[in-house]
Amino acid sequence: MKKTPKVLTSAADLDARRASINPETKDKIFMCAGGGCIASGAMAVKTALLAELKKHKLDKAVYIVETGCMGPCSGGPILLMGRDNVYYQHVAVADAAEIVEKHLLKGEIVERLTWKEGPNQKSVPVQGDIPFFKRQTKIVLRNCGIVDPNSLNDTISRNGYQALSKMLTSMTPDAVIEEVKKSGLRGRGGAGFPTHIKWAAARQSPGAVKYVLCNADEGDPGAFMDRSVLEGDPHSVIEGMLIGGFAIGSSQGYVYVRAEYPLAVERLQRAIEMAREAGLLGQNILGSGYAFDLEIRKGSGAFVCGEETALMASIEGRRGEPRPRPPFPAQKGLWMKPTVLNNVETFANIPFIILNGGDSFASYGTAKSKGTKVFALAGAVNISGLVEVPVGTPLNDVVFDIAGGIKDGKSFKAAQIGGPSGGCIPAEYLKVPLDYESLNELGAIMGSGGLIVIDEDACMVDVARFFVDFVQEESCGKCVPCREGTRRMLEILTRICKGQGEMADLERLSTLGTEIKATSLCGLGQTAANPVLSTLRHFMDEYKAHILDKKCPAGKCTSLVTYDIDPEACVGCTACARRCPVACIAGVAKGIHVIDQKVCTRCGTCYTVCKFKAVRRNGKTK
Amino acid sequence: MDETGRTCSCGCKPLSEAENHARLAQVIQEYQHKPGALIPVLQIAQALFGYLPKDVLRTISEGLNEPYSRVFGVVTFYSFFSQVPRGKYVIRVCMGTACYVRGGQAVLAALEQELKISVGQTTPDRVFSLDVGRCFGACGLAPAVMINDDVLQFVQPGQIKDILAQYRKPTA
Repeated sequence: MKKTPKVLTSAADLDARRASINPETKDKIFMCAGGGCIASGAMAVKTALLAELKKHKLDKAVYIVETGCMGPCSGGPILLMGRDNVYYQHVAVADAAEIVEKHLLKGEIVERLTWKEGPNQKSVPVQGDIPFFKRQTKIVLRNCGIVDPNSLNDTISRNGYQALSKMLTSMTPDAVIEEVKKSGLRGRGGAGFPTHIKWAAARQSPGAVKYVLCNADEGDPGAFMDRSVLEGDPHSVIEGMLIGGFAIGSSQGYVYVRAEYPLAVERLQRAIEMAREAGLLGQNILGSGYAFDLEIRKGSGAFVCGEETALMASIEGRRGEPRPRPPFPAQKGLWMKPTVLNNVETFANIPFIILNGGDSFASYGTAKSKGTKVFALAGAVNISGLVEVPVGTPLNDVVFDIAGGIKDGKSFKAAQIGGPSGGCIPAEYLKVPLDYESLNELGAIMGSGGLIVIDEDACMVDVARFFVDFVQEESCGKCVPCREGTRRMLEILTRICKGQGEMADLERLSTLGTEIKATSLCGLGQTAANPVLSTLRHFMDEYKAHILDKKCPAGKCTSLVTYDIDPEACVGCTACARRCPVACIAGVAKGIHVIDQKVCTRCGTCYTVCKFKAVRRNGKTK
Repeated sequence: MDETGRTCSCGCKPLSEAENHARLAQVIQEYQHKPGALIPVLQIAQALFGYLPKDVLRTISEGLNEPYSRVFGVVTFYSFFSQVPRGKYVIRVCMGTACYVRGGQAVLAALEQELKISVGQTTPDRVFSLDVGRCFGACGLAPAVMINDDVLQFVQPGQIKDILAQYRKPTA
């Protein structure tokens, strides 16, 4: 390897550095070290692999690369063999020896650790052949799962900072904004506001001091793409912010990361330091005269800080309360200076757009929504994790073709998209294209891209209650509609879940929801009613069942559930009677058991432990 | 246990009250002229003292020249700040959507039963505090529990005893 200067002082230096890096992957094992896989025990697997490599004197020849998130979190720990792209999942410490001996030494595939597909559980060893990966288009996640986030050279070898270099040597700020405009990129944090309009407004605002902010306060429960990008490819976010700073004329940026993401903070901090040491952040970047630096600010556990004006208040060291707009941040933002605020995913798109051109980005997506979107899949799907698809991909393709359908052969009931600001999409709209407009029409939003799949076991009234409970607790309390309105909605929903609701409550919920939407100060309140309004619209039957029949069809609302024992099926094994926490099941061994309905607390233990399908919930067996 | 209610279960010698205050003074010095210093200083102070007692808030208010009312307002706004002593390990049970749908509630109930405290409280020996979290972004591994910075995945109520035992073990 040729020596290149430690500090890169020109575009030529960066080119030389890239040329000096050997991209050979043959002797590498890529190991997912995303937050999910670390929680699954990836680091212990690495230690075991290292020991095995050493045993076979391969420790100098084979290198383990710790990468960011590869996507299918539920399959962790995950390995990708650089030699032949064979993909192993659920790797345990005990598997290390076999992988080294069989795969590395003999060139054979360890069949039992490969990906299994379809009803016949057919083995699909090579990553490129696996439908989960094959059907994705990766722009945001282009480096996630490939580069070592702790290695600047790894990033540079994958064209990292190449867009920055191109911009500094050949583009004006206006040309940058024009390219972003051409791309059609819209904010990926929730509202979907066109990025170039924000940038142009901040550029035009007078003032010598301007700020670039990255919103990494990914608070929507169910969304974890920003976390994964920061953990897996922090340099793309830094580069995106460098480009944004150049476009608007700013020399200082802040990344606001939530406190719940310690690993993301750690990796981003290291990436910032590495970029600074290499001269990619700081004064006179790549000899161009452009100066820009970054600082991380950690959140302290307040969901509302994901709202732009609240986030700025928090960076300023105040309570994270939103304020009315105008003035918009592009005019008066952080410390009353012109400010651009975009989220992690938006910034991660920017280097691709600058390097490949806005048209290239705009070739993906629909007429009004361009590019790709990362969705965080969780809930009742077989493969949960991150997927990136062109905007406009039908929901059906994501849930069934990519994520492998519903767990345990159950049926799809709804997809909850967009977190507490979003809504639920029922089965009859499975074909809906995932783009901003189509989702809005159904009362959901693209939001940050959290996609929770709900199966027949979930009660939609309970789901609505869950979200209202969330926003009620997270409401900052500054404006009345959000503070008081969400509380009233929660009371009504709790009442319905307890079987004490009346039909007029549905009218109240809908009126209240519409009012809260129309009159709240910030995005939190303006969207707080969406989960309620969308379930009212698509799942009215379930609300009516709770109110009129006093029944919870999914058997989730404990007050509305009854358990009884089918005398035909009971064999008198006594399992239920022994486990009942309130001892309300009478019966002797080999005799029929009976539940005392007056004492029963409806905990469902008997239903769970019965092996003979004798215990019925609302008259139905398991 | 000293009069402030602080003990250390790992057997190491905790920093004395005076040492913590000296460190805090240094931090204030360092941050004094940075814009928006209040929240980072509070975060460091909480890491030092384990919580934010009144005298610490007063020191910060004077050191950063911020009215006490404003310091207090910030501390009470954010859920990560605590004015009561916290345990050595803060357990956060995720109550995000995915974890909720996949049984986070049962895990929380098991923890409450095992630790004999409810959400927001700390065990009398100050080893554990129990909280609920709003999504750690580990939805693919639901239900998830975070103990300090460790994320535990697919947690089942039956595993709670073993998990707590591991943390109770004195660290070597």
